[in-house]
Amino acid sequence: MLTNFKRVFTFAVNDFGRNKGISIATIFVLVVTMLLLSWLFFFQGIVGYLTSQIQNKIDITAYFKDGTPEEDILGARDEVVKISPNIKKIEYVSKEQALAEFNEKHRDNPVLMRALQEVGDNPFLPSLNIVTNGDPAQYESVSNTLQTSDFSKIIEKVDFSEKKDTIKKIYSITSNVNTFGILLGIILFIVAVLVVFNTIKLAIENSSEEINTMRIVGASDWFVRGPFVIHGVIYGSVAFLICIVLSGTSAWFLAPKIQSILPGFNMFRYFLTNWWIFVLIQIGFGMGVGAISAFIVVKKYLDV
Amino acid sequence: MIKFNHVTKIYPPDTLVLKDVSFEIKEGEFVSVVGKSGAGKTTLVNLILGLEMPTTGEVFFNNLNLNDADSLEIQEIRRKIGTVYQDYKLLPKKTVFENVAYIMEVEGKENEEIQREVPKVLEVIGLKNKFNSFPDELSGGEKQRLAIARALVNNPEIIIADEPTGNLDPYNSYEVVSLLQKINKAGKTIILATHDREIINKLGKRVITIEDSKIARDETEGRFII
Repeated sequence: MLTNFKRVFTFAVNDFGRNKGISIATIFVLVVTMLLLSWLFFFQGIVGYLTSQIQNKIDITAYFKDGTPEEDILGARDEVVKISPNIKKIEYVSKEQALAEFNEKHRDNPVLMRALQEVGDNPFLPSLNIVTNGDPAQYESVSNTLQTSDFSKIIEKVDFSEKKDTIKKIYSITSNVNTFGILLGIILFIVAVLVVFNTIKLAIENSSEEINTMRIVGASDWFVRGPFVIHGVIYGSVAFLICIVLSGTSAWFLAPKIQSILPGFNMFRYFLTNWWIFVLIQIGFGMGVGAISAFIVVKKYLDV
Repeated sequence: MIKFNHVTKIYPPDTLVLKDVSFEIKEGEFVSVVGKSGAGKTTLVNLILGLEMPTTGEVFFNNLNLNDADSLEIQEIRRKIGTVYQDYKLLPKKTVFENVAYIMEVEGKENEEIQREVPKVLEVIGLKNKFNSFPDELSGGEKQRLAIARALVNNPEIIIADEPTGNLDPYNSYEVVSLLQKINKAGKTIILATHDREIINKLGKRVITIEDSKIARDETEGRFII
């Protein structure tokens, strides 16, 4: 068994070296399709970052009645978190903090600053700032919880109804962008599989006479098929090495440019954080599809 | 050893190649199968190798009906048959040595035996100095000798040569046929499919003539008459 495996492996390595043209062409096609998939993953990362940034900008605020003790508000906060599991962020803003933020934000606006002075006192209410997963239904549920629970009597108002339409619109846009990304990913994946399958098919069809000869001399199916399957694995491995280096390098060089358009998104850091997904995509796709394609294509010639 | 029992072969949709063909080949015989191009000689060879199955009738190899044989049994049968073809059917990406060694590797022979036997066979066949050449670097005669070396190396029970001289000049054709005769004298069964009149008439061995998809003649010391 081990001798046979060694032989099959040696055939594969020898043939790989002796069919340089076909090997290089196949690896080139694999690299291009694997890079396409890797860049698609970068694209998903950018889209994901963008949508989460947008969704994080949407929030609802529950304003508490003036004079509500801080521990009551914090108690309400803990209760809301317990009831609504989809809350991503909930932040308590005290009356003083709200005034300070207003001052900071509008210090260059003399009209607003004068208006505030006219009021004299701190007109702001303590509040809870809530961010969920962006789903309007979630916001509605949180809003209902706030207005119907025991602590509703200390709540002045919840601004969900004012923001409802905007939340719905943004959620619909981000959902559509995500769906489009997934669809595009599936289509490109299928195209990539077909391209690799046909490339391997062409490479093997070039050896159809050879396979026929192997059958005539009584070679077992595994003895015929083995070297081609191992070719698939070798093609995939070489393509993977090239691809992972190209993905990392392109992410390194493109990171500053992307960051200037999308502040906060570092493409190279994204690559480093998700390196195992890149490895999985490239190894799984390159070696997996390569070997499986070879297995299927050679089977066609062994059916007698 | 080989028996055809009322074998008919029709390629879809309706191309009749062999019709009700019956004959038997015994161990140690030298049998030539003759007929015009397209008469069905190669189909007959393919039926023996289990590369094709009869439309009706049965082909037996050592009493095993190939219709009932599974793929492992077919592989075993092919290993007992040495084949020589007009287009050589060599493995182009393997060297001369590797082409011959491949047959022994298929049978699972030990590396030591391969290293010992392959040079012997190549020396006998006159390819001693071509071990590391690729088939593309050989002349037609050398390629055919390599094919014969490959057919011989596993000491098969039978050698089937399908138009082995088709691509060779008269000198190389004579050499190939002489080799087949020697192999036959050593006790091997030979089946030679050819349409070379001169070769058949010189051999003076059994000749099966195929005409119009049927066996027209089966003579013990036959001549080429078509």
